[in-house]
Amino acid sequence: MSKHEHHIIPPTYLPILGSVAIFLFLVGFLSWLHKSTYAIYASSTGAFLLLLTVVLWFGQVIKENMTIFRDDEQMDRSFRWGMAWFLFTEVALFAAFFGVLYYTRFISLSILGGTVGDEATHYLLWPNFSGAWPVLHTPDPSKFLGPKQVIGPWGLPAINTLILLVSGVTITLAHWALIEEKHKLAGFWQLLTILLGISFLCLQATEYIEAFTEHGLRLDSGIYGNIFFMLTGLHGFHVTLGTIMLCVILVRILLEHFDEHHHFAFEAVAWYWHMVDIVWLMLFVFVYWL
Amino acid sequence: MSDEPEKGLLRWVTTTNHKDIGTLYLVFSLAMFFLSGAMALLIRTELYRPNLMFLSPLFYNQLVTSHGLIMIFGAIMPALAGFANWQIPLMIGAADMAFPRLNNWSFWLLPFAILLLVSPYFIGGPAPDMGWTFYAPLSTTYGPPGTDAMIFAIHMLGISSILASINIIATILNLRAPGMTLWDMPIFVWSWLITAFLILAIMPVLAGTVTMMLTDRHFGTSFFNAAGGGSPLLFEHLFWFFGHPEVYVLALPVFGIISEIIPTFSRKPLFGAMSMIYAILAIAIMSFVVWVHHMFTTGVYLSTQLFFMYTTMIVAVPTGVKVFNWIATMYKGAITLEPPMMFAVGFVFLFTLGGLTGVMLAIVPADYQYHATYFVVGHFHYVIVSGLYFGLVAGAYYWVPKWTGKMYNFTLASWHFWLSLISSNITFWPMLLVGLAGMPRRIPDYNLQFTDFNQLATFGAFAFGLSQILFVIAMRQCIKGHQKAGQTIWDGAKGLEWRLPTPLPYHTFSEPPKVEGKTYI
Repeated sequence: MSKHEHHIIPPTYLPILGSVAIFLFLVGFLSWLHKSTYAIYASSTGAFLLLLTVVLWFGQVIKENMTIFRDDEQMDRSFRWGMAWFLFTEVALFAAFFGVLYYTRFISLSILGGTVGDEATHYLLWPNFSGAWPVLHTPDPSKFLGPKQVIGPWGLPAINTLILLVSGVTITLAHWALIEEKHKLAGFWQLLTILLGISFLCLQATEYIEAFTEHGLRLDSGIYGNIFFMLTGLHGFHVTLGTIMLCVILVRILLEHFDEHHHFAFEAVAWYWHMVDIVWLMLFVFVYWL
Repeated sequence: MSDEPEKGLLRWVTTTNHKDIGTLYLVFSLAMFFLSGAMALLIRTELYRPNLMFLSPLFYNQLVTSHGLIMIFGAIMPALAGFANWQIPLMIGAADMAFPRLNNWSFWLLPFAILLLVSPYFIGGPAPDMGWTFYAPLSTTYGPPGTDAMIFAIHMLGISSILASINIIATILNLRAPGMTLWDMPIFVWSWLITAFLILAIMPVLAGTVTMMLTDRHFGTSFFNAAGGGSPLLFEHLFWFFGHPEVYVLALPVFGIISEIIPTFSRKPLFGAMSMIYAILAIAIMSFVVWVHHMFTTGVYLSTQLFFMYTTMIVAVPTGVKVFNWIATMYKGAITLEPPMMFAVGFVFLFTLGGLTGVMLAIVPADYQYHATYFVVGHFHYVIVSGLYFGLVAGAYYWVPKWTGKMYNFTLASWHFWLSLISSNITFWPMLLVGLAGMPRRIPDYNLQFTDFNQLATFGAFAFGLSQILFVIAMRQCIKGHQKAGQTIWDGAKGLEWRLPTPLPYHTFSEPPKVEGKTYI
């Protein structure tokens, strides 16, 4: 085929299915928030349909890219740009929450604690509030009871950092094996990456349980807990998705879908995994450590 | 593979064709424009006289909120996406968008999102009533139950915008005809490239913000509640970090449309095309460091206020470059005033007026007086209605005949222009004046001395709303009319899209055209 000949994508029902799925899921979520009894049916139907959409959609794209688009360099570049800009939005999302952390810690808490700016806010609202970080005593403990203590960096979080860093190495080894078309070896490193991802998630769950039961660090225990759970939770969600994607890629490696020049799906997931890794390093430094 | 569209309605649900999807966007946008416009007319009716006439204050606030949200997310952004879908592949010589299925999804998320947004009017209300900016704690501690529907609707709208923008960027960067460099691209394509970047940078911030609203409302967090160590002011920072670039998301593609139209009808190349691109870039970058000008009266530090005052006023420089270049393009040109050009010239004049009132608002001490008055309402309606809406209409009058092969009636379109021009000024000029005199916004009642000007504004609003029916008639003529449109349609028009047959075939540029240098000169 000529290099620039364009392939027409045939009409598709997948997008409308995806829209209905998200709509149902959100309507269910909405009803659940307002204590409706049949919320669970709408939500689970929506979640199932969304899963179906994703499976069918990716299935079709995989099929196309292994046949008619296999040597279409332009299509390959489109996917690369698409994934790169998608990761850009992910970075923007995390950046927003890091911005919340920065603003809270260095601006709003200083004002509430009376160390910066007009002291009237401090004296008129909560004169006993110190604004120290991490916030163990909230301005109004009758509404938001602060945690007894927070999670230190040098226990589980440090181990988790190590795990994610090693997983960054193993996925690169998988990539090198893939380039040399050693599928079994690539599968081995990929499996190891997955296991590291799962152990990260298990340790993170252990840490959450500890935070909830022993430290009293919860979603409703003031701003420290809010930011802690929002950032680590969002990150954990991304690790979960990343692990699922790694599993799909593992299956595709073992089915020998990839060769030296055709493995962008692998690379896309690897980019995603590295992004998650870098976000974790930021989390470790700014949420746990400093 | 079959590339024939399905028959009947299913064609529109399943389509992967950029022209079909562009049409869906534009038709949906027009429908939302009338829905949200009807809300505006209800608001103006209430304001016809002082005292509460027929709306309850709660319902009034709900209308104000929905009007703003639907106009921005349901009318203007989809209209811009519609033009992007139709025009970008045509202007860069691509057969379609980079991701045709994703393109369909970007559109089909929208109707469901808007359905969710208006659902509290029918079930699970009251609808959100805190204004389109949904400030905490009005939207968190005091937000009505319908606020949750708004939050989820914004999530869906955000996904839709992000997917559309990824698609547009990938298309522009990767699907240009061989020989067309980035610097050869038409200005409209440039404007969308930068707009898509803005959307990708700000939509995640908005999504994160509404997520924090949701957890504050239902899961015990206190991001925006000082009692738990959070800050309601944080909400405003986050919102306007999204909100100010969002203004340029709406404006930049319209700048692009105007930059296409004015050279055509002046029969001169665009004056300073390179500086136009740099100006768009400068505006886009500056838009990230001006957001606190929405918050001068919130008690932020004086040094912060001064910083943001200066940055805001700096934005006037690249904007001024653009206005200068449009006028310089017309200077000594062989100008003819067909309907697209009428609206384009109207745009340049009225948008500049809106921009200048913006510079007034940027001045910190003056803003203390103007903040939360009708002056602000007048300001952004000059920018958005008599500015951006005029630009969008100009784009439709310019390109739709090429797409459909049928021409609208020029007399009708001229009437549309003059009626819109006069009535929009009758609507929004009095708002500036009552605002300067101190009439607060978002309140269904007002002091007696504002009555005359409010009646004028209400009269103007109805005249404006009714005039837009002429636009619908003109567009209907483009689809079902009898007057055939010629090959180039506008004799000064340049660019790849005009080299194609009229009406455009369902698939264009299946083989990419050979391009050398700028196609629009």
